[in-house]
Amino acid sequence: MSSPEARFNQAIKEILAGGLTRTVLSVILGFLVGAMFMIGSNKEFLEGLTYFFSRPQDSLGAAWTVVSDGYGALFRGSIFNAEAEDLIKAFRPLTETLRLGAPLIAAGLGIGLAFRVGLFNIGGTGQLIFGMIFSTWVATRIELPIVLHMIVALIAGILGACLLGALVGFLKARTGAHEVILTIMLNYIAIYFFSFLMRDPALLQEERASGNPKADPAAVTAQFPKLFGDEYSLHWGLVFSIAAVIVYWWLMERSTIGYRLRMVGFNPDAAKTAGINVNRTYVLAMALSAAFVGVAGANQALGTAIGVTPSSHAGIGFDAITVALLGGSSAPGILLAGLLFGAFKAGAPAMQVIGVSPEVLGIVQGAIVLFIAAPPLIRAIFGLPKPQTTNALGAIRDRFFGKGGAK
Amino acid sequence: MSWLKPVSGINSEERVGFKSPIVMGVLALVVLYFFGIAGRSGQTVFELTRKQDLIQLPVFEIASAQLGVITGVIMLLVAVVSLLLSLRNSKTPIWLVSIYGLLGVTALLGWLAADNTVPVVFIAGTALVLAVPIMLGAMAGVMSERSGITNIAIEGQLLTGAFMAAVVSSITDNFALGIFAAMFTAALMSMVLAVFAIKFLAQQIIVGVVLNVLVIGITNFLYQQWLTEDGENVNFPGTLDIIKIPFLSDIPVLGPVLFENRITVFAALLIVPVLWFVLFKTKLGLRARAVGEHPLAADTVGINVSRTRFWWVTIGGAIAGLGGAALTVGNAGAFGREMSGGFGFIALAVVILGRWHPISAALAALLFGFSIILRVWANQVSPGIPTDFITMVPYIVTIIAVVGFVGQSRPPKSLAIPYVKG
Repeated sequence: MSSPEARFNQAIKEILAGGLTRTVLSVILGFLVGAMFMIGSNKEFLEGLTYFFSRPQDSLGAAWTVVSDGYGALFRGSIFNAEAEDLIKAFRPLTETLRLGAPLIAAGLGIGLAFRVGLFNIGGTGQLIFGMIFSTWVATRIELPIVLHMIVALIAGILGACLLGALVGFLKARTGAHEVILTIMLNYIAIYFFSFLMRDPALLQEERASGNPKADPAAVTAQFPKLFGDEYSLHWGLVFSIAAVIVYWWLMERSTIGYRLRMVGFNPDAAKTAGINVNRTYVLAMALSAAFVGVAGANQALGTAIGVTPSSHAGIGFDAITVALLGGSSAPGILLAGLLFGAFKAGAPAMQVIGVSPEVLGIVQGAIVLFIAAPPLIRAIFGLPKPQTTNALGAIRDRFFGKGGAK
Repeated sequence: MSWLKPVSGINSEERVGFKSPIVMGVLALVVLYFFGIAGRSGQTVFELTRKQDLIQLPVFEIASAQLGVITGVIMLLVAVVSLLLSLRNSKTPIWLVSIYGLLGVTALLGWLAADNTVPVVFIAGTALVLAVPIMLGAMAGVMSERSGITNIAIEGQLLTGAFMAAVVSSITDNFALGIFAAMFTAALMSMVLAVFAIKFLAQQIIVGVVLNVLVIGITNFLYQQWLTEDGENVNFPGTLDIIKIPFLSDIPVLGPVLFENRITVFAALLIVPVLWFVLFKTKLGLRARAVGEHPLAADTVGINVSRTRFWWVTIGGAIAGLGGAALTVGNAGAFGREMSGGFGFIALAVVILGRWHPISAALAALLFGFSIILRVWANQVSPGIPTDFITMVPYIVTIIAVVGFVGQSRPPKSLAIPYVKG
C-alpha cells in the first residue's frame, strides 16, 4: 500500500481531474470571456487605448469599471438588491431568479434525461409548446374547482409534451430516423400549429384579440398560486420544478427504469445483449424526457395571469440544452445550472438600465458550455491531470464517513 | 476474412419499395379532390411575364377548379408510372419527382389565387433568392457530413456570415471585402467545430449546438451594443447590384428568374453543380466520401483522414458564410437580430431531404424558399386561408423523408464517429 502522502496526492489529482473542477473553471472562464466582450465594446476603454502606453490607468480603469458595473448589476438584478428601499424589495431579485429558473430546471431535466440515454433531444421547444397547448386548453376551456383545475392542467401539459416526445421515440425506434432531425422539424411544426390554434376563436384564441395570435388567460382556478404573497411574482412553478428534480434523481439513480435507461446510454449493444429492449427504451426515454419538459410548458402557461402568445416558449427548450450540459445531466447539477441561467434572465433588465447590453450574458452562457463540451480543452488551458482511474478520494471519503474504511 | 466481403448496401440488390408511388398517389388524390372537384370557383390568371420584359407572353387564364382536376389527373398518371417502375424494381427518377412537385405547386397556386393573378416570375424569383442562404448552408452541410462530421452549426455559420458581410461592407464600403470577411469568419468558426470534433473528440452535435448559442450571443451583443448605436456607419451596407446577363435574361420566364440576379444567387447556382462534380467525379471527392464512409479503409490506403475532414468542414463553412452574406448584402440590406431565423436548421433538413446529394439538396432548398414566399403571398391573395399549414408542409415532408417513407435516406456510414488512428 502506498504512503498516506501518495494517497493524498492521488486524491488531489482526482479532484483536479474531476468534473466538478472542470465545471467551476468553465463557469469562471465563461464570465471572463463575457468580461472581455464588455471591455472590448466600451467606448472609454477604446479611447484610452489610443494613448495606452503613456497612461494605461485610463484604459484599465475603464475596463474595471465596466466589468464591475456590469456584473454588479447582474448581482443586484438576480440575487440581492442592496439599494432597494426595504428588505422585501431587496429580496425580490432572488425570487425572480427562482421564478425564471424553475422552467429551465424542469426542461433541463428533460434534456438531461435524454443525454443519459445517449439521445439528443433538441426538441425542447416543440415539446414545451405542446405542453403549453394542452395546459392552456384545460385552463381556458374546462371549468373545474380550484386546486383540482390546476393539477389537471399541469398533468395535461405533461401529457401533451409526452405525446410529442413519444412520437419521436417511436419514429426513431421504428425507422431508425435520427432524433435530432425529427425534433428540430417538430419544433417548427409545433410553433406553426400553436400559432394556428391561437388564430381561431373556436380553438384557443382570446375572444377580444383581433387577428394577432394570443390565447385566453388561464382561469384563476388553474393558475399557479403565488408562493410568498402578492409582493413577489414567484409562484408554485418552483415547487413543481423542485419536485421534478427529486423525481428525476430517484428515477435515474434509484429505480430499475433509470438503471435500464443508463445502461442503454452507456452501451446500447451491451444492453441489447443483456436482454433490454433498446427500441422500447428509446420510446420510453423520449416520452419521459418530454414529460419533464412538459412541466416547464405548464409553468409557462399557468404561471402567468396573461394569455400565452407564440413567443411564450421564451427559448426555454433551447436554453435547456445548455442547462443540461452545464449540469452534467445530474439532478443537483441541473438544479444549480438552471438557477445560474435563471439568474441571467432575472439580471438582464438591471444590466440594461446601466447601459451594459445584457446580451453579453448569452455570450457567457455559450462560452461556459463550449468549455464544458470539450474537457481536453479545459485540461490543456489549466494544465489539469487526465481523468484518473483510481479511487483514492473514495477511500478517504469512506474512512471519514465510516463505510468500512479503506482496505 | 470478413472484411473482404463487399459492404452491404452498395453492391447487393436492394428492393425498391412501393412507398414512393403510394405517397404520390395519395397526394395526387388530395390535389384532385380538394383543389379540383371540391375546389374554389373563380378564374385564375397566370402572369408569365412582367411588364418590363422584352418578350411578352400572353397571360394564361383557367378556372381554378378545372386546373385542379387537370393537374390532379396528371399527377395520378405520374404516380402510376412510378408504380410501374417500382414493379420493375427501379427507382422513380428525380426529374419525374420534380415534375410531379411542380404540378402540385401549380395546382396549389391556382387554388390559392382563385379570382386573382399569379405573378409567376415574382414568386419563382423570390423563392430562389430566399432559397440561396438555405442552399449554401446545405452545401456546407453536405461537405462536412460527406466527410463524416455532423454540422449542426450551420445556423451559426450563416449568422456569422450575415453579420460580417453587413459590417465589413459598411465600414470599408466594399462589397467584395465584406463577402470575403463573411466567408473567412464562417470558415474560422467551422475550424473550431472541426478541431473540437477531430482533435478533442468532443460530441459533434453538442459542439454544433453550443457554437450556435455562442454566435447568437455574440452577434446579439454586438448588434445591441454597437450596430444599433452607430447603425449608419456600421450596419448600412445596402444590397449588391442586380446583374442582368445579356440575352439569357431575355428568355421568357426563366430569364428573369435565373439570369437577372445578385452575384450571391449566381454564386449559389455555380457552387451547387461544381460541388456535385468535385464530390462525384474527382479524386478529391472520392477521398472525402471514403473518409466519411469508411475512415479506416481510407487511412489504410494513405488518405489523411483528419486533414481531409478538417478542410472539407472548413471550406464548407466558407460557403455557408457566403450564404449568410446572401441574407444581408444579397437581400435585406442590413443585419438584424438573429436574422438567420432557423435557416441553418432548415439547411440541415435539406441535406437529408436531398440525401446528401448537392443537386437534390438544392432542389429541396427551393421547396423551402417557395414555402416562405408562398406564406407571404397567400396572405395577400386569400387572407382566410390558414397559412400556418402551408408553412408546415416542408417540415412534414422532411419528417416523411427522414422516416424513410420516400425511399431510404442513408447517411454516410461514419457520420459523427470520430476517427482515432489505431
